[in-house]
Parts: sequence; C-alpha cells; structure tokens
Amino acid sequence: MDAAIEVADLRKTYRGRRSGEIRAVDGVSFRVERGEFFGILGPNGAGKTTTLEIVEGLRKPDSGTVRLLGESPWPHSAELTGRVGVQLQASAFFEFLTAREQIETFAELYGASKARAAEMLDLVGLAEHAGVRCEKLSGGQQQRLSIACALVGDPELVFLDEPTAALDPQARRNLWDLMRAINAEGRTVVLTTHYMEEAESLCDRVAIMDAGKIKAVDSPAGFVRGLDAPTRVTVAAGQLDAERVRELAVAETVTEQDAAIVFETRDPRKLLTALASDGALEGLSVRTANLEDVFLHVTGREWRA
Amino acid sequence: MTLGAVREPRTRQVRTSAYLSLVKALGRGWLRDRSQVFFTILLPLLFMVLLASVFGSSSDSASRVLAVGEVPVLDGADSGDFTVTEVSDLDEALAMLREGDADAAVSQEGGTVLIYPSPTSSTSGSIAAGRLSALVDDVNVEVLSAAAPGEEVLAAEVEEADGGAVRPIQYLAPGILAWGIAISGVFGAAGTIVDWKRDKLLRRLRLTPASVSTFLGAKVSVNLLVAVGQTVVFLAVAALGFGLELSAWSWFAVPLVLLGTLAFLAIGVVIGGIAQTSPGAAGLSNLVTMPMAFVSGAFWPLALSPAWVQAISYLSPMRYLNEALQSVVVYGEPPSTVLPQIGFLAAFAAIVALVSWKTFKFDEL
Repeated sequence: MDAAIEVADLRKTYRGRRSGEIRAVDGVSFRVERGEFFGILGPNGAGKTTTLEIVEGLRKPDSGTVRLLGESPWPHSAELTGRVGVQLQASAFFEFLTAREQIETFAELYGASKARAAEMLDLVGLAEHAGVRCEKLSGGQQQRLSIACALVGDPELVFLDEPTAALDPQARRNLWDLMRAINAEGRTVVLTTHYMEEAESLCDRVAIMDAGKIKAVDSPAGFVRGLDAPTRVTVAAGQLDAERVRELAVAETVTEQDAAIVFETRDPRKLLTALASDGALEGLSVRTANLEDVFLHVTGREWRA
Repeated sequence: MTLGAVREPRTRQVRTSAYLSLVKALGRGWLRDRSQVFFTILLPLLFMVLLASVFGSSSDSASRVLAVGEVPVLDGADSGDFTVTEVSDLDEALAMLREGDADAAVSQEGGTVLIYPSPTSSTSGSIAAGRLSALVDDVNVEVLSAAAPGEEVLAAEVEEADGGAVRPIQYLAPGILAWGIAISGVFGAAGTIVDWKRDKLLRRLRLTPASVSTFLGAKVSVNLLVAVGQTVVFLAVAALGFGLELSAWSWFAVPLVLLGTLAFLAIGVVIGGIAQTSPGAAGLSNLVTMPMAFVSGAFWPLALSPAWVQAISYLSPMRYLNEALQSVVVYGEPPSTVLPQIGFLAAFAAIVALVSWKTFKFDEL
C-alpha cells in the first residue's frame, strides 16, 4: 500500500515587490503513513501553510514532487479530491446559508447523503445549531463546522490547518477530542499548529518547521528523549537546611530563586524519594523537557509562537 | 465504521448534481442578501419613479407664465397651455423666475411681446417660450385673415412622431433597465471576487470533487438568472404601474440582457482582480459604471449631449444594450435590426473576459 503522503524536496519561492525573494518552502521532504496523526509544528511564517497548500494541490511548487494516496494532487482529479478532506485556515462558507444548508451543499459536492451530513453535524456537536446562519456561529463553532465539511465526504486523509488558532482553551480542548476521534476511526490526519501543547498531545509524529525547512521529525516522546535534558524539580525554600540540600547529590545543579529551590537531575525518581522521606514536598513542581526545549535545541532559537 | 462506505461512484450525474447544488446554494445566498436584492430590483425601480416624475412634469403640464402688466395676447390663449399669474412689475417677475416659481415671464408693449424664459429650468423655459411664440403667430394669422379674407394662410399642425405621444417612460425604461443590469453585473462580480479573496471559498471548493469550472458556471448562472428576474420585474412594474407599452418583441429583452450581463460581469471580474476590499471594489465599480451610464444615452438622449460625449459613448457597452432594448421593447423592431448592437456587446464581453482571464491572479483567491 502507498504511503498516505510522500513529499520529496518541495521548493517554493515568492518574489515580493520590495522584499526580494522569500523562500517560503525550502527543500521539504517527509512521509506520512496511513492512519498516522502527523503534525507540522512551527512559528507563524515558518512555511507550514504553504507546504500544506502545495500538498493539497492548491499551489504548484517550483520543484519537488507530491504523492497523495499514491497520486499526484495536480491537476485536479475528482477521484482523489473525493478521498481527501480539508479544513483551511479561513472558514470558507457560502454566504447567508445555515449550518445545515452549508454542510448539505458540501455533502452534495462529495456525492454524500443528507443523512451523512446530519451525522457529521452531530459529530462536531452542532446539531442544535443546524438552523443558524454560518456568520452567526462563534469562532469555535465555525471551525467545527468547517471540520464537519472536511469529513462529510468520508475521507481517508484529512488536512487541518491550524484549526484551534484563536480559540479559547475550552473550545480548543473540545476540538482536540474531536481530532483524536477522527484519527481513531482510521483516518490519516495532518495537522499544522503553532501550539506546542497541541502537537505534543495529539500527534504520533511531529515535523518541526522553521524558515521554510523541516528541521527534524520524530514522535513527541522521541524528541524529548533525544534531547536528554535534565528534569527540573522545584520545592519551596526553608524546608531543607543547606547541608541536606548538598547531601541530595543526585541533583546535578541546585539553585535558589524566589524562595524556591530548583534541582536539575537526570534521576528524578531518587531525588523525589529523598524529598518525600524528608517531608519536604511543599510547593513541589516537576517539569520535564518538552517540545519547547526541543524547538530551542533544534533551531537554536527561543520558541515564539 | 469502515472508510469509504458512503462513497458513491462519481459519474456525470454527480457532476450535474454538483452544479445544481451550487446554483441552489448561491441562489439562496443571493435571495437572503438584502442589499443585493435592493440594488438589483428596488434601486432601478426607484430611479424609474424619480426620473419619470422629473421628465414627466416638464412636457405634459401647462406652462406657468407670469404676465407683467397688461398682456392682451394672452387673452386668446388655450387654457390648457398656460397657467397665468399676474404680477405688477418685471423685477418681481424675474425674481420669481430665479426661484423656479414660473417657466417664463411675458410683457407686451403695443405690438411687441417680450418673452423671458426661465433661466433655472431651461427645458420648461424653452417649452413655455415656444408656446408663447406659437400663440403670437396664431394671433397674427387671425389678424391677417381678417384683413385679407380669401387669402390662403399656412397652418402648421404638430403631430407626434411614431404615430403618438412618446411619453418619458417609453424613453426612460430601457435606459434604466440597462443601467440596472450594468450595476448588478459589475458590482456583483467585483464584490464576489473580493469576498472570495477574503473568505477563500473558491480555494476550499477547488479541493472538492466539483471542478472550478463547475463552480464558476454555477456562479455565472445565478447572475444570469438574477438578470432575467430583474428584467421581468422591471418591465412588469414599468408596464403596469407606469404605462410602458411593451411591443410584441419585448421577450427579446431576455437574450439581450443575458448578453449584457456577461459583458458587465467581465468588467466586474477585472475590477475585483484589482480591488482588495469591499469598499474598494464598490468605489471602483462606481468609477466605471457612472461614466458608462452618463455617456450611454440611458437617461437623456445622446443627441442632446456634446459631440465628445457622443464619441465616447461608442465605447460604452451600456449604449448598445440601451439602444437594442429601446428598439426591441419600445419601438417593436424585430431582433434582426439590433444585430450590430448584439455584435458589439458580444465582442466587448469576449475581449474583457479575455483581459480578465489573462490578468487575474488566481493565487489571491
């Protein structure tokens, strides 16, 4: 069976009037297996959307090849587009239509039934807003409707371009559950995001993108393991005397800051056991390395979403 | 659930149904957009009411004449032609003329009748002056006939052209209809393109099994349907409410309007390609449609316009649509007489469509 997506050496350069050449996509290659949840993570302007648009078949690359489900997305093919669902960054709706009319129109375009349209509306939790005009839906509801429209054709492969951008935390988490469910049905999902947490929580594998290039691809856990960074353990100061702190030699570095003691250790289990036996767990926090640290390591730059 | 279970074979039937569902979705959206309905249906009707009353009042009603002092010549006047008001002196009469309270002032000193047509309303002023001159001529004829009985005098009878009165509505209706078709085509297309730039609907639809050409076809179809609806409503209101007499060839207005709409849509696409925002698109559309309307002869006869306006008018597609509609709908000429106009409109539509196709930046959509 072909991979869901195979991309080799994509390049796209824009020639701005004043800004000169911008290499939006600069030699991008990756492969997504069927059934995978694949994330493209990077700050705004990293080239995620342009990459996605080329893969979807909206833009032609200057060079490089794309295979979607074994076929080329260019030129337009009714057969291939019927197997792929997309949610674009802007919610693209027919003006003045209700949520139901909207999704039924998309259902007709994909040759799907009205029942399927109603089912999708229900899946994204919009059944009771079916009669509301699209422009009156909240941002989160619009994103969900847009995802429902992406799913109505029963796609094997789903592209989601920053679906949670500009949503409040609760709406974002609801959408995460929905995205997990879509993937659990066996659909391949490709997600772009600039939220570390989102990529960490949802994706099987993540491509970290910056300045038009993919810097590294790995699973979130694999990235963190590969970083081999110490765990930071913090407790409130005043629970341990200085000598005892020194005795906890399992920690590599110990610093005191703002009435707290911060240990950095590669053996957090031993340190935490010791702290627990001392009864010095007040104000405890444990922070392992996350994708933010990975981003810093991979790109050499501080994360700025 | 198994993937692909709900998928059906994609056939020509699916393509046709995609076209129909797009027409349905876009048409529904159009009907719910109150501003669109206002601009395409109500605005032309409002214009008709307005222009018909402005032009209608000046030619049909009696001229308002100010008699300064004794004006014996007015004694022989037909009461339907003049409404006479007596004023004591000329200054007062001229002041009233400036205010637009009368169409002309007249005084008489012995054998000389002095006529002062209105400076503010030249049309009604010259009509009043013409009627007063005719009145003087009539009186002269009577005097001469009495002095030399048996001598033959010439008598002029005024017959209206085309066998009867061409009321203003006959002249105005085709022009206003042409203008209505022009603004809904230009504004509609330009606004749609700018909307697509903003909401990326076209981009989303490119990623469905329906092709872009199906979608554009549906969009154009909706605009054509709107134009036909607009024409039918407009001509019905003009005929029933304003006494427009429709010729037997009036049905030919439909293909004319369809062709005109294609030309105006093409203009709108060019504008939509340039403009980045809705106000920008509306402004540019005005910039194009206003001059196009003014030089087209839609609102007043081209013969009354200066030569350079008449020269420019050959470039305005509205001129040809207006002329063709007038010939067919009002004068009842068969469609074969408007072939030149049809040819121009078709050529115009084709050229502008080609230009818009070549210059359009599809990446922006």
